[in-house]
Amino acid sequence: MNPDYQSRLDREKVFRRLFFIPIVLFVLMLIFLGIGLSLDPKLVPSPLIGQTIPTFSSEMLLNPGKKARTADLKGKPFLLNVWASWCAACRQEHSVLLRISEADEILVIGLNYKDQRSNSIRWLENYGNPYKFSFYDLKGKIGMDLGVYGVPETFLVDGDGTIIYKHVGPLDDEIYRDTMLTKVYNLNK
Amino acid sequence: MNNLRRLGAIILAVNLVAVPIAQGDPYQFEDQAQREQFDSLLEELRCLVCQNQSLADSGAGLADDLREEVYQMVTNGENNNAIKTFMVQRYGNFVLYDPPLNPSTAVLWFAPITLVVFSLAVIVFLTRKSQSRNTDKLKPMVPRD
Repeated sequence: MNPDYQSRLDREKVFRRLFFIPIVLFVLMLIFLGIGLSLDPKLVPSPLIGQTIPTFSSEMLLNPGKKARTADLKGKPFLLNVWASWCAACRQEHSVLLRISEADEILVIGLNYKDQRSNSIRWLENYGNPYKFSFYDLKGKIGMDLGVYGVPETFLVDGDGTIIYKHVGPLDDEIYRDTMLTKVYNLNK
Repeated sequence: MNNLRRLGAIILAVNLVAVPIAQGDPYQFEDQAQREQFDSLLEELRCLVCQNQSLADSGAGLADDLREEVYQMVTNGENNNAIKTFMVQRYGNFVLYDPPLNPSTAVLWFAPITLVVFSLAVIVFLTRKSQSRNTDKLKPMVPRD
């Protein structure tokens, strides 16, 4: 065969291969864009996961004479639910919390966030109280230590006081059963 | 004419004084340095509720609380590092507009320069190729048999 012709064939082969580079790049870009679209930009990963829950205390919401302390919660896993009577999404997740509380699967603790005490008490009277007790965080200081940026938020804390999971937004059965409870069972194994 | 000028001066003076009062800045500082530290920190910290706004711009309730917290720390004489660490410990690196270099942000920092180097390499490769082809053409034709 003519050597010139052969080298031209080789070159064409190389160029045909190069031709795929933009296509591959384009497909990669589509994949990344797809992943990006499926993410919720509002969700900020918490640096507190895997860390010990900050120590804080406050008066109890329903019992102002008594102190609620994180130190008293050592030993058993619990859910810490950040809620407020002014928060519409809290109303949405409330039935889920009531069910969890009734089933007695895990301790449910509340953190009443930047709320008027009279309003939050009325709210619990109207809709039921799933909490063993609620911290009362009028100024949002405890919320700040927990990195709360949107109510409702729910923290899953294990018996050692380590935060293992945080859910931002209204809790539903699926997240509670499939994610949170699974993590609790894995702990007990 | 003189009266008119005096009136103008009075109006100007009143405005110069009234505008800062009307803005009602709730934050008072001992010195200008603290004021500047506070202002620049608010520009560098992101509001977590309205994510495309800094703490300086956001009207969200949480931004109010965080501004107050920054104000307290600035007036207590804490330095920028301590204040940023406080925020990062609670809200993560996301709270910083200028992300630090660590494994999770490495792609962010190095992707642009990697892409530029890669594209330059491709361009150089392709031009070399076409150049060598052009010189091929200049070779004298081999007479056919």
